[in-house]
Amino acid sequence: MSDITLSLAQIVGEQYVSNKAEEAYFYARDPGLMPAHKPDYVVVPETVEEVQKIVRLASKKKMPIVPMGAGMSLTGLTIPLKGGIVIDMKRMNKVLEVHEKARYVIVEGGTSHGLLKACLEKNYPRLRHSVPDSPATSTIAANVMIHGQGRLTQQYGFNSDMVAGLEVVLPSGELCKIGSCSLSPEWFSKGAPLPDLSGLFLGWFGATGIITKVALKLYPRKKMRDVEIFVTDREDLVPDMVYELTHTEMVEDINIFAQPLPVIFKDNHHITLFITGDTDEELEFKRKMIWDSLDGFIKSKDGGFMSLPPVMKPTLLEMPQRSVSRFADVRKGGGFEYSGPIIAVEKYPECSRKIMELASQYDLAYSAMARIIGRSHCMMFGFAFTFNRADPDMMERTRKALQEVAEFALAAGGVYWKPTVDEQRMAIERMDPNTRNLMKMIKTNLDPQGIMNPGNWEVH
Amino acid sequence: MKYQDIIHRCFRCGYCKFTSDYYDFNCPSYRKFGFETYAPGGRMWLIQAWLNGEIKNSERFQEILFSCATCANCVEHCVFTFSDDLVNIFIAAREEMVNKGIIPPPVRDYLKNINTSGNPYKEPANERGKWADGTSIPAYDGHEYLFYIGCVGSYDERAKKIARTVGNVLIEAGVSLGILSNRETCDGNEVRSLGEIGLFQFLAEQNVTLFKELRVKKIITLDPHAFNTFTQDYPSLGGEFEIYHYTQVLAPLIQSKKLSLKDREAKITFHDPCYLGRHNGEYEAPRKILESIPGFSLIEMDQTRENALCCGGGGGNFFTDILGGGEDSPNRIRVRQALDSGAQIIAVACPQCAKMLEDAVKAEEVGHKIEVLDVAEIVVRPLA
Repeated sequence: MSDITLSLAQIVGEQYVSNKAEEAYFYARDPGLMPAHKPDYVVVPETVEEVQKIVRLASKKKMPIVPMGAGMSLTGLTIPLKGGIVIDMKRMNKVLEVHEKARYVIVEGGTSHGLLKACLEKNYPRLRHSVPDSPATSTIAANVMIHGQGRLTQQYGFNSDMVAGLEVVLPSGELCKIGSCSLSPEWFSKGAPLPDLSGLFLGWFGATGIITKVALKLYPRKKMRDVEIFVTDREDLVPDMVYELTHTEMVEDINIFAQPLPVIFKDNHHITLFITGDTDEELEFKRKMIWDSLDGFIKSKDGGFMSLPPVMKPTLLEMPQRSVSRFADVRKGGGFEYSGPIIAVEKYPECSRKIMELASQYDLAYSAMARIIGRSHCMMFGFAFTFNRADPDMMERTRKALQEVAEFALAAGGVYWKPTVDEQRMAIERMDPNTRNLMKMIKTNLDPQGIMNPGNWEVH
Repeated sequence: MKYQDIIHRCFRCGYCKFTSDYYDFNCPSYRKFGFETYAPGGRMWLIQAWLNGEIKNSERFQEILFSCATCANCVEHCVFTFSDDLVNIFIAAREEMVNKGIIPPPVRDYLKNINTSGNPYKEPANERGKWADGTSIPAYDGHEYLFYIGCVGSYDERAKKIARTVGNVLIEAGVSLGILSNRETCDGNEVRSLGEIGLFQFLAEQNVTLFKELRVKKIITLDPHAFNTFTQDYPSLGGEFEIYHYTQVLAPLIQSKKLSLKDREAKITFHDPCYLGRHNGEYEAPRKILESIPGFSLIEMDQTRENALCCGGGGGNFFTDILGGGEDSPNRIRVRQALDSGAQIIAVACPQCAKMLEDAVKAEEVGHKIEVLDVAEIVVRPLA
């Protein structure tokens, strides 16, 4: 056993350390299209203290560390680009405290969205969190680390905006509390009224520290949920429709999808509207407000509400929507990747035309899926392509299409969401120089040895 | 390899390792080992890598493949259209490894013992029927049912008690049955799940021939593993019989008061055997029995029915013990889940589950709080 293996085994136990070919193969890649790179070690710690010791060891040995949740970013953010130690956080999966009246929860750094959802449904049926449509194994810490979005994003912003406090292992191995919890037993705010230090970690993909605890805001869970789909073939009118809908403040979530199949969906844009209520009256009131807001478009014959087939409703109402993962097998090949720039809602028509153009140019199956963030403040527009893992040519065509998306998104004023390292480089190049320098100062000061998820957010 | 056209289609999204409500991870080997490689998605990606020559058949790879308990939690929860084939894929990969002769020593020993002795214990075949000594369970001679015991019930001390209890209860309820005694041989379910398909076919054909020779029409199995292979695999090998797990025969007898039961208070939880539940969809029969016993309250664990956590004995692990040992072994987790439910008794309907969970009760040192009993043993206790 090598010195490092032995040291890691002393920290987490021999069973939870591997330098074997099998773990090296698996943890070298994610389900997306980024090139693989093997870790030297994979560890699965169970406690904060173990994480601290691993980080101290890595610091002493100047060895890279990559924290990993479910590894489902699809953009290679947990691929150990320079080798080192991958820390699989999923054994740290406890819901630690639920503060019912203050509506927040504290979870460990490897707790999955699925587990939190199940825990709340069972024990706190009047509370919920913003569930993303990534698989249920996705961890809360990783999701806020990448500024993920979820079912409550239209109402409350990015899931990272719902963070109410963090506990982070710094690159030195020290443990640091962020937010009200730094001086109070309560974890109700990640920043205000203090300086908001959460920005030193959120969005950094582990390049500045490892999140070991997250406090997350919870929201009222209504007794009933329903879904409506407004269909239009006027992509140019989608931003206006969204503007009207968000004005009502009656919608839980607004997603828009467009896809070529089944053929009745082709060239249409499906504005999917989720509504909630504690009573039939509340639900019907919201439904009426929503219908009224789009009445003008119905009268001008630019759209209408679709009657949903019985099989479709449960699929749409699922949280997370498992059908999102199923998109990977449309070409019977187990692969999909998307570029999801955060971009102005007004750019919906351009984005929509672009994905269809790329799908045609590269002969790819596509799905456009947009999620409105805030009251139409911006949206995530997902340029999603499915591919067959057994077809290298199709994989290459998908890569090229996504590269074009990256260029298009920047030109259209978008900002990459969970960018690949290439996209990070492009973003850094385009960034205001003073912002770039500030990022460099932060990274250099927090992680002077450059051991934390190296390759990510590196400013040269 | 069989299913080669499917393996690359896994997206490794991980739904397969959860319960349906996401309350907990429910893949036994993932729970035990903690690495993604030991989850169904990990296996799929590693099998593909192995077939592509990107990794070798190492000891680790063997442990990853053979620690699968074939519990079918992944089949139940995978979101893709090929979900039904997941366990079959893992068995097909094992078959490839068996055919190349590179398998873990305990697997090799198990298969060799079956081949040479007809049982995994290397016990003489002419002692297979000894478990029934001192009972009134007759040899099969044109009875309505053949009572098939299986290797565990025939040779394992704890399981032998269960076999005797089940046989006695059925006879007391008036069921016409007989056993093969020393003529019985291994049903082959674990042989198949460990990938020795040639040996499995030999055993199955041998059994089918014997059953036909004896004009067997209906079979009651003690063990859900035998129930599974008789139901799922034997028909394609010419073995079409009416197959019942013993709980399916006992449940209507108890409900129709063929057995009169005394009142006895206890909180019971039922552990679903994977080969009765997820593999064959039978969740009700054992529960109907338990619910019929006056005074007993049946309480469910959070992970129940299609979400039940496997005891870790399936897929040959009962014999190879690749999944055993340590606090994170599935049998110990299952016992903790049962304790959380508030139950005083874990009811089982499989001799392998009984043994696995009893070992876990000892390891957890909770024998004073909870005991493991087969459904038939629970029925016997309050018999009038």
